[in-house]
Amino acid sequence: MLYDIVETALDLGPLVNAVRGLESGALVTFVGYVRERSDDGRPVDGLAYEAHRELALAEMRAIGAEASERFDHARVAMAHRVGELGLGEAAVAIAVAAPHRGAAFDACEYAIDELKRRVPIWKKERYVDGSERWRENA
Amino acid sequence: MIVRIVTFARIRELVGAAALERVVEEGTTAGDALDGLAVEFPSLAGLAQSTRFVRDGAFVPSSAELRDGDELGLLPPYGGG
Repeated sequence: MLYDIVETALDLGPLVNAVRGLESGALVTFVGYVRERSDDGRPVDGLAYEAHRELALAEMRAIGAEASERFDHARVAMAHRVGELGLGEAAVAIAVAAPHRGAAFDACEYAIDELKRRVPIWKKERYVDGSERWRENA
Repeated sequence: MIVRIVTFARIRELVGAAALERVVEEGTTAGDALDGLAVEFPSLAGLAQSTRFVRDGAFVPSSAELRDGDELGLLPPYGGG
């Protein structure tokens, strides 16, 4: 599966297998995890993510196609988890294969940057003190 | 005419429902529908600039005119990754 929204633990394996091939000399992966502190330093207990599934998958596909066009036919696979996540759990995983490492790194950075900007997924931070807050990407 | 409004994340919590139906006049745009909801739910005021609109599965501008039976999605700013 090249693009997916899942409710269970993320696994890089299927993403890597989806993009690797004999034409690819480089493979780059990115995993985003739940941190124990928010950007403004508050102790985090966990995160809750939700998505507009249909549109999120369509936007992820579009991002993958753009990355391939811009970065030497890079092949991109990405999955985002939704639901309740605890500290240290993976929220997003991306695998990118390309003929050379430059294109693979660039395509992977493009994919995560564009995902954060364009894919309809929302995040609520739950704090150790019991409060919670929707958090938006800059 | 009747439109079905589907809400997400922060907007869903502010209106207290994932979906609601409203009777609107002919010529009502996506932006008008949000403005109308903000009269009912004043905490939505100020979200107009940052809300994205989806009609029947595709993004549309706030100026898009709604039709009877449309489903209008109201998407607040994203927080994925």
